[in-house]
Amino acid sequence: MAGVMTGPLLRIDQVSKRFGGFVALDDVNIDIAAGERVGLIGPNGSGKSTLVNCICGTLVNEAGTVTFDGQAMNGLNAHQRTRAGLARSFQLPRPFASMSVADNIRVPLLYTVDARGGPHRSLAELDDRCMEMLKLVALDEKAAKNPRDLTQVEMRKLELARAMATEPKLLIADEAMAGLSHSEVEDIVALLIRLNERGITIIMIEHIMRAVMSFSQRLLVLVSGKKIADGKPEDVIKNAEVERAYLGQ
Amino acid sequence: MRTPIFFLIQILAGLVLYLLFITFGNDYWFYAGYTVMQYVVLATAWNILGGYCGYVNFGSAGFFALGAYSSVFFYTMGQGLDDLFSERAAGLLAYIFPIPVPILILFGGVVAGLVGLGTGYLTLRLRGVFFAIATLALAVVLETLVVNWDFVGGSRGAYVIPPANIPVFGAYIHYLFALMVVMVIVALTTARLIERSRLGYGFAAIRDDELTAEACGVPTLKLKLTATALSGALMGMAGSTFPFFIGYVEPGSAFSLSYAVNSIAMPMIGGTTSWVGPLVGALLLGTLQQLATVTISSAVNLLIVGLLLVGFVVIAPKGIVGWFENWPWRRAKSWPES
Repeated sequence: MAGVMTGPLLRIDQVSKRFGGFVALDDVNIDIAAGERVGLIGPNGSGKSTLVNCICGTLVNEAGTVTFDGQAMNGLNAHQRTRAGLARSFQLPRPFASMSVADNIRVPLLYTVDARGGPHRSLAELDDRCMEMLKLVALDEKAAKNPRDLTQVEMRKLELARAMATEPKLLIADEAMAGLSHSEVEDIVALLIRLNERGITIIMIEHIMRAVMSFSQRLLVLVSGKKIADGKPEDVIKNAEVERAYLGQ
Repeated sequence: MRTPIFFLIQILAGLVLYLLFITFGNDYWFYAGYTVMQYVVLATAWNILGGYCGYVNFGSAGFFALGAYSSVFFYTMGQGLDDLFSERAAGLLAYIFPIPVPILILFGGVVAGLVGLGTGYLTLRLRGVFFAIATLALAVVLETLVVNWDFVGGSRGAYVIPPANIPVFGAYIHYLFALMVVMVIVALTTARLIERSRLGYGFAAIRDDELTAEACGVPTLKLKLTATALSGALMGMAGSTFPFFIGYVEPGSAFSLSYAVNSIAMPMIGGTTSWVGPLVGALLLGTLQQLATVTISSAVNLLIVGLLLVGFVVIAPKGIVGWFENWPWRRAKSWPES
């Protein structure tokens, strides 16, 4: 499915964002090709989440352009970007609290693929698709439950399933593993790799280095709003600048 | 239950009520029934924005009064055609005026709907209590405008004298009652359709988490504007027959606090998550208020509302409908029909 396009799937070109006098992103340039598995790391406050918010349209970047799938994203709302194929999961799970787990998946199903002008699905088809998404993350048994009855790891999976329901080309997993146990982290990494094998480009933002190293084919490092390294994970972590940022002088 | 069947049941219920009042009651029953049903429409309208989307509107009285004053405007215009227009124009307009009440209901709905849309556009960036304050301010601004607008009576008010009798229905209040039945049907059907459609899922997503809703592809601003316009239009419709019901409209009665308070309290007491809640709340509270007015005094009305509201917020935050939430027939939630 790659190869058809000539340019990168996502191009972040000279993107800057400031909050008052604080520069959160400083002239960030990133190209991401279709099908890639990219890790994005950086210390707390380095601008990772701000970058995600600028890519997804939750925040507006003052300078620079975001191009996705050959389409300029500047000026588009978050929901328009979602419909263009940009999906994200939130750092802290934000389920629709008053809805069942299945309904949480139905919202993106109803509002993305149908809204894209794709075929309107019959109710049975929607139901099937919903269960398919839940099966993908092994939550099908909990379809009728309320999100508050889920465990932390299940909540993260729901977050990912909801993002997947939008049928994205690019999925940004913003710290999908924070606070999970050893085996749960492996569980999620395996899930993300499975999704990548289905042809979805994935950007993983993470602090857990074990997860980042086992997942990423390419690693980006953001420090104080600047990209300081970009390359093969093994090389990047040996980079002196990266070591300094993480371990101090 | 399919929508056409639901529709038929409502018409049947309205008809039965009408025939019962005609056969066993007197005109008072029609007046009381009209008032209670007016609250059903207001509560259902409020719930579209407040219950489904989670935006608390304190300005219901403003939208209600918009409907009322749009009727006053066209009524007054019809009374003074010869003074307002040239002889020629007045002659032509005489064919249109007086505008029939059903058309005035539509006008009231359109005016209030448009104002709802405009207010929504200006205020929907605000969340929670700030939105509530903005809607309250809207009602105050509108009231000030009306007080200073001489054509619709200003602060001294305007008389709207309906004919005593009307063909087919007999007494005019029977006619107004029938119109209100139609409005109740429109309001309930709209609310129920929303709940079972894509729109309902979008509204609920907005209520739960707007940021996530956007991330799921829900066009939040567009949906919120749909909700404010629909909610405002229904409130305006409910208000548009008010001048004919009451005969004399002044700003104090059209912008009365009781409309704002009741439209919030009724859905809260009945339950905000489904169309049943505002209906049950309005029937219960509206009837209680009518009983209190007849047996004790009309001043007790707001006291009843206040006490019940406090009681329900403490004991049953999900309202009366919340008690039945876990019943099996509620569990089987249906899919969107469209």
